[in-house]
Amino acid sequence: MDARAEALEAQRTPARARRGGAAGWARKLLAQRYLQAMALLGVAWMLVFNYIPMYGLIIAFKEYNIIKSVGEAPWAGLTHFREFFSDEQLPGVIRNTIGISLLKLIVGFPLPILFALFLNELRSIRFKKAVQTISYLPHFLSWVILGGILTTWLSDVGVINKVLLALGLIRDPVDYLASPGYFWTIVVSSDIWKELGWSAIIYLAAMASVSPEMYEAATIDGAGRFQKMRYVTLPGIAGTISILFILAVSGLLNSNFDQIFVMRNALNDSTSNVIDIFVYQTGISQSRYSYATAVGLIKSVITLGLLLGANGILKRMNQSTLF
Amino acid sequence: MFALKRRTRGEAVFDGVNVLLMLVICFVTIYPVWYVLVNSLNSGQDAMRGGIYWLPRVFTLDNYAAVVDNPGIVTAMGITVAKTLAGTVLHVFFTAMVAYAFSRRELIGRNLYMILGTVTMIFNGGLIPTFLLIRDLQLLDNFFVYIIPAMFSFFDLIIFVSFFRELPQGLEEAAKIDGANDLVLFLRVVIPVSLPVVATIALFHGVWQWNDYFAGVIYITQNTELQPIQTFLYRVVAQNDTSQMVTAAAGGITKSVTSNSVKMATMVVTTLPIVLAYPFLQRYFVKGLMIGSIKG
Repeated sequence: MDARAEALEAQRTPARARRGGAAGWARKLLAQRYLQAMALLGVAWMLVFNYIPMYGLIIAFKEYNIIKSVGEAPWAGLTHFREFFSDEQLPGVIRNTIGISLLKLIVGFPLPILFALFLNELRSIRFKKAVQTISYLPHFLSWVILGGILTTWLSDVGVINKVLLALGLIRDPVDYLASPGYFWTIVVSSDIWKELGWSAIIYLAAMASVSPEMYEAATIDGAGRFQKMRYVTLPGIAGTISILFILAVSGLLNSNFDQIFVMRNALNDSTSNVIDIFVYQTGISQSRYSYATAVGLIKSVITLGLLLGANGILKRMNQSTLF
Repeated sequence: MFALKRRTRGEAVFDGVNVLLMLVICFVTIYPVWYVLVNSLNSGQDAMRGGIYWLPRVFTLDNYAAVVDNPGIVTAMGITVAKTLAGTVLHVFFTAMVAYAFSRRELIGRNLYMILGTVTMIFNGGLIPTFLLIRDLQLLDNFFVYIIPAMFSFFDLIIFVSFFRELPQGLEEAAKIDGANDLVLFLRVVIPVSLPVVATIALFHGVWQWNDYFAGVIYITQNTELQPIQTFLYRVVAQNDTSQMVTAAAGGITKSVTSNSVKMATMVVTTLPIVLAYPFLQRYFVKGLMIGSIKG
């Protein structure tokens, strides 16, 4: 019992352990052997499932095939990167990826802020809670379910066509998912539909922490509802907006794969083929592992650059940042 | 006096418009789900005439009978239930265990471990290298592909760590004096007092496991018996492969069933557990987001 208490002490007081030198360090390590085992299991998992794939990225510079291992495959230099830059699908892939993401950023980013602002103005707490509860339900439904609803609704005999025909807005039924011209609109609006309420939560939480005194002071100064929203609430959540904006910008090349993978088809390929889909098609469907990895690597590097860039710019503007 | 009155009227108009706007948003959110429910309760043959928007016209439970009768759907549902239960228990237990070790300041190498983890949050190997790893680990067409690659998340670890940090030190000291080792301490003392965060992570991971269809698409290449219900539905929805549904209808109880009406019923059955878990999710997720935002 004595020895154990001593070990415990050594573990709790690093200064004494340091004084003991290597022996003290070893004793400290021994005392926390269970703790180390628990931590190292996690580290081992990360080495296998996070770091081996990172090492696997070197096949982007190799000619990998299934017969040889990653290490044995012959080097190919920048062949795959050059191939991508001269790939005839490249312009379309870039246009679709950036186009969908920019639309999501321009339309999809401000809407939850507006929704939260107006939700925050509701007088009845119960009604506010009810609206919130309903609005985040779609976040928990999978894209397969939503895709199932959308493919039914958007077909030439679907609900959307029936409504638009009845309103006289269109003359002939349109098979929307089979017409490339509509794909971006469908993806962006269904994404907003799914995530509007969920994205608003974090802003609502930020609004709840704005001091009521600020509103009282604004009222005394004669500010109306809109003025209070504009000059009290909005500045109160600026830090939150800033951080979420960094994340949104860094996600510019991350089209929502789960969503597009369900809604794409051969007929809308010209507007639905984004980078992630392209990587899946070339890598998994066509087994061109090295080529697809090179494309994925270009994307990851640009994404990392966007993250650091957006963070740096906002830092210079004295806004809240990630790091 | 006049100014005050006018402003009150302006406010009333604003409130009225605002309430109306919110009601419209609620309707738009709920209606698609209602549409699926109503159509799943309507005779499939009759639904082909169209016009089922608000209530079933020819009420029937045949679509659900066809779902229960379809061995493909039942097997896929079993896989989903199994992977959600096993995956969630293992994810929560394993991530919390590692997080507990990471939360103790005296842990030697802690800074290195944290850096290793933080890197994984901003950079990863991506789709193809991960696929090749899974293949090399013999996890293709293997049930464990749903469980093992998903048993840990550094993001969830951060949420656990910030919660464990807040625990009173006295709890651990008392157990230590009694001679308990760190693993016993974690299991007997830390987990029982951390149920709110355990529930939060469990619910979120459970929903993710339940909803994920992509692992079934990419990692289940031959043995379709192992695909979860979401992957089954993906093949029906995205690849328009209704053959599985049609056999169900043909072998089913009545001719009123169509592949579309069985699809609607399957979607309802697939969504029901999420809706049932929803009140619990709601109770915990704001809390979870808050804990996450402290460190995250």
